[in-house]
Amino acid sequence: MTDFFSLLAEARERRDLSAVVAAVPYMAAMGMECHVDDEGVLGVMRFSEPLVGNFSIRALHGGTLGALLESTAALALLWREDVSVVPRIVNLTIEYLRNTGPVDTFARAEITTAGRRVARVRAVAWQDDPSRPVAAAQTCFLLG
Amino acid sequence: MTDEDELRQARLRRIDDAFCRAIPYNAWLGLRAEDVGPPGEGRIVLRLPFRAELVGNPVTGVLHGGPISAAMDAACGAAVFLSLHAPRRIATLDLRLDYLRGAPPGADIFFRAECYRLTHQIAFTRGVADLGDETTPLATSAGTFMIFSEGSALADGLAKTEPEAGG
Repeated sequence: MTDFFSLLAEARERRDLSAVVAAVPYMAAMGMECHVDDEGVLGVMRFSEPLVGNFSIRALHGGTLGALLESTAALALLWREDVSVVPRIVNLTIEYLRNTGPVDTFARAEITTAGRRVARVRAVAWQDDPSRPVAAAQTCFLLG
Repeated sequence: MTDEDELRQARLRRIDDAFCRAIPYNAWLGLRAEDVGPPGEGRIVLRLPFRAELVGNPVTGVLHGGPISAAMDAACGAAVFLSLHAPRRIATLDLRLDYLRGAPPGADIFFRAECYRLTHQIAFTRGVADLGDETTPLATSAGTFMIFSEGSALADGLAKTEPEAGG
């Protein structure tokens, strides 16, 4: 998709990254959303049955939380005007903090450092209460 | 096919049913149990068949990291279950992934996971993802899991695949 960057430029202009999310097949298939507000980007993963990893307590599969955290971190980088490539993930550490339930999950990302080549982003996910995170990730991306 | 091969294949099918097909997100990913270590040894290989829906980079067609980390989490969790002496509920504490190279579009990925240390409460795992050739890894992982004292439906289901270990 050669027009991804024009799509990204338009999305930044309109302060709406949903077209970018729709252009990433995995994020679209997972039913992810991205909203932009004064605090930056908010990643959302709507609950659906295929996301379940433990059918006894209907908790989300841990992998879906990792996917939301990584996606939100990448979107936070794409939201920056000075990022002109699709960030490439180098590594990440996911911490699982609390049990999840069969409800929507939200995530915020904070860019710790972003140089010309490397960016480090910390992302945190929660369900009902932002002060009770369910998972967090420390990520490292290449920008060049 | 010898009797031993048939037993091994039957056990692999039971693990595939209990772990890959019965867990909704593993089923959504399309994960399949490809190979498994001998009973009592916490080793397993899962295969993630390529699907266009798993692509993360619309410019290059490279897979999203999400399916990679999710499949690795699943493989390492399965390796822990297979190493347990009795069916127990487990939960991932943390998982670190290093993405050594992008997963090329169109290729199936193999996740080789091992539980190399098991204590009463914690299991330590490592994993490698590759395209079938173990000399060119795409990703490596280190993960720790909590082992609870109670059982779970999944643990019970998997225990039935391990007559020697399922106490």
